[in-house]
Amino acid sequence: MAKLLSALIAGLLFGLGLLLSGMSNPAKVLGFLDVSGRWDPSLALVMAGAIAVAFFAFRRAEGQTHSVLGEPMQLPDKSRLTLRLVLGSVLFGIGWGLAGICPGPGLVLAGMALPDGLWFVAAMLLGMLLFRPLSRCLS
Amino acid sequence: MQIAWDSFTPFASLAGGLLIGLAASWLVLMNGRIAGISGMLAGLVDRAGDWPLRLAFVLGLLAAPLVWRGLVGPLPVPQLSTPLPLLLLAGVLVGIGTRLAAGCTSGHGVCGLSRLSPRSLLATLSFMGSAGLTVFVMRHLLGWS
Repeated sequence: MAKLLSALIAGLLFGLGLLLSGMSNPAKVLGFLDVSGRWDPSLALVMAGAIAVAFFAFRRAEGQTHSVLGEPMQLPDKSRLTLRLVLGSVLFGIGWGLAGICPGPGLVLAGMALPDGLWFVAAMLLGMLLFRPLSRCLS
Repeated sequence: MQIAWDSFTPFASLAGGLLIGLAASWLVLMNGRIAGISGMLAGLVDRAGDWPLRLAFVLGLLAAPLVWRGLVGPLPVPQLSTPLPLLLLAGVLVGIGTRLAAGCTSGHGVCGLSRLSPRSLLATLSFMGSAGLTVFVMRHLLGWS
């Protein structure tokens, strides 16, 4: 129960951060991505602020085998550079650039019950479902 | 390049970023997990064994606007302008792309870069680059606003 409550709190803090930062406003995200137009650099500060805090937490986490709540530390591989990684990231970036919405802000917009947010999340989940058969073809 | 000073929000964005960093720190130190939102969702879609934890995290994100309204007041109004067919295409691309790359802005961008992961650096450069290029093509070559 404590583990679930803890994950809920993390999700909530994350969502509040997305709202406060401007990340959940697609027009602001597109303004940040539009480097050659009228560039809004605000969102660079979101990344800087987040890393400034999380850097210390991850340094601590990497030296431990278990979390405070006794769960095994599950940290993914850091060094495997693959074509899949680049191809997937490029596809994700095209989607992000088309709408100005990435997964976290998509959920926050859906939580506001905005039709566009709900459509985006539905399409994203469909993409994730489609991935399984696609992944079989690729390998 | 021209800076859009009128829409620049350094303090709110930095404060929001600190809060996001706090959320990622909380999840890794308390639960031993990376706060990767696409990964959490993918595990829910695939009904992974730890789906209750993933669901709790996702519910927290979904509840954020409600809590904001209770604690802070009126929500910041998001401006959306993408026509529905493009929005749906964007969602599908984000779904497939983040699975193929095993991460998005949160998992690779925030958590991976904080871990000084070369893999996440490559992913972040790739998605920031293609997202910037997409906006350039849409706005400045095709003339969409």
